Amino acid sequence: MGVVAVFVFLLVRLTTGDPAAIIAGDAATSQQVAEIRAKLGLERPIPQQFVIWLGNILTGDLGESFFFKKPVAELIVDRLEPTAALAVCTVLLAVAIAVPLGVTAAYRQGTWIDRFVMGLSVLGFSVPAFVIGYALIYVFAIQLGWLPVQGYQRLGEGFGGFIERLMLPSLTLSVIFVALIARITRTSVLEVLGADYVRTARAKGLGDLSVLLRHALRNAAVPIVTVIGLGIALLIGGVVVTESVFSIPGLGRLTVDAVLARDYPTVQAVVLLFSFAYVLINLLVDLSYTVLDPRIRY
Amino acid sequence: MLALPRPAAPARAGTARRLARNRSVVLGGIVLALIVLAGLLAPLLGTTDPAQIDPSYRNKVPGFERTVRTVGGEARFTHWMGTDSLGRDVYSRVVYGARVSLIIGVAVALLSVTIGLVIGVLAGYLRWLDSIVMRVMDGLMAVPAILLAIALVSLASAGLRTVIIAIVIPEIPRVVRLVRSVVLSIREEPYVEAAVALGAPTPLLLLRHVLPGTVPPLIVQGTYVCASAIVVEAILSFLGIGIPPQTPTWGNIMAEGRALFRVFPHNILFPSIFLSLTVLAVNILGDGLRDTLDPRMRKRL
Repeated sequence: MGVVAVFVFLLVRLTTGDPAAIIAGDAATSQQVAEIRAKLGLERPIPQQFVIWLGNILTGDLGESFFFKKPVAELIVDRLEPTAALAVCTVLLAVAIAVPLGVTAAYRQGTWIDRFVMGLSVLGFSVPAFVIGYALIYVFAIQLGWLPVQGYQRLGEGFGGFIERLMLPSLTLSVIFVALIARITRTSVLEVLGADYVRTARAKGLGDLSVLLRHALRNAAVPIVTVIGLGIALLIGGVVVTESVFSIPGLGRLTVDAVLARDYPTVQAVVLLFSFAYVLINLLVDLSYTVLDPRIRY
Repeated sequence: MLALPRPAAPARAGTARRLARNRSVVLGGIVLALIVLAGLLAPLLGTTDPAQIDPSYRNKVPGFERTVRTVGGEARFTHWMGTDSLGRDVYSRVVYGARVSLIIGVAVALLSVTIGLVIGVLAGYLRWLDSIVMRVMDGLMAVPAILLAIALVSLASAGLRTVIIAIVIPEIPRVVRLVRSVVLSIREEPYVEAAVALGAPTPLLLLRHVLPGTVPPLIVQGTYVCASAIVVEAILSFLGIGIPPQTPTWGNIMAEGRALFRVFPHNILFPSIFLSLTVLAVNILGDGLRDTLDPRMRKRL
């Protein structure tokens, strides 16, 4: 995380433009620009600026947005709910679809089901999220008229509308995730199915389903959870795109708007926040190993 | 005297034959070759100027025919994929768009593999460099790739070079890690020890004995990098922060078609098909290459 912080800081300081000039606008005098520069502490040496910036971040002060003229922290809190809802929905949906697919493919290894699931997974990797998004909108919202086309409704304004508007975006975003998880589930279940204890379980006369769920899947859980953690990177990238396709006012949309407006404090804060979330989730994944597999201890 | 068979030539011929026999390699290769040809021969494929704006023929549906006055009289011109909201021929734009996507895919793959190879070999072989380089790489990898590309694009003016650099940087750590792991395993091999014992200088050792071992996994990795670069470019252009909008790229065509998507889906449909087909072809090619060139990697995913 330390490296990320240095990097994110330098990212913005290395730019050619003068932030003070950007904030002041075209009509500002050089006097005004100098005042703003002093206010932002830009005349101090770079290492000192970094320490101040880092201190501010750690106390929750993310600076003020150049473009929205509001504290960045406020902007982010405002946009957090849609993104969090989308991410959670996507992960749940992806796991619900992918794990059964992967287990079935492993169980019926070599049959058409297996090949179908694997083919679907290559396809899922290759078709970009916005293509899937538009295809889904076209079929389900425009042709069939089952779901609303775009937009977002806050959870507080009714659960029905919330879920209804979240369906297509989550489905869109989950495709690449499904591809990833189904693949790894298949591989790790296949590996486990060859193990002795699975043979023992079968010899005891347990049914297929029970062997698969209780013995195979449980032991295959660690790689699956790991790949879900790593997949969060894909998810974050996908969030940015999906929110644009479905006009969801979340953090992803904020990122794009901030980049378009060259609003560096916001870009900085969002990149830092997303990276932090990514690292944090992977830490939680690592910690979950002890629960999933008591043999692992730290 | 016994004539020793020269091992190099038959081995290479064997690889070529194995590649030709692999169905994924052939299928992916053919589809990709067709798209490359389309991009190269774009002016000959019945296209018009992809940037030509024609306000009187805006938003025409696919298959729309119009009469064009020529020097000798009249000719009929068909917009197979319709026109966009500025009256530009979507078919021409899609075909020309292949150029940008392929250039970006190939450039990013070559650049990130080359840079990653140099850093990876040095980090894998020089111990004191290793921990520093790997910390930096870990830091870079903690930022999700697309987000990093978006942040980098925001720093410089939009253009082909900016986009390529912005996509290359997030890819480098992955290549470095791969190269480093290969180098770490090769340096323990008996033949490297033998070369060291014979007094081979480090640069020669790296070049002759260590580098060749990294080639097969790098070819495979390069194909995947190429596929993901094409997607990332499309995403950046689609979001309006990639290649400038007047250049025809698949992402730009879709961005342009976004506003009128409900009424005229063809603007999004055709570039989507080409984009997905290209990425799919590259990915299938990569899977095939992995299975033939580098059987060890098959287990990894």
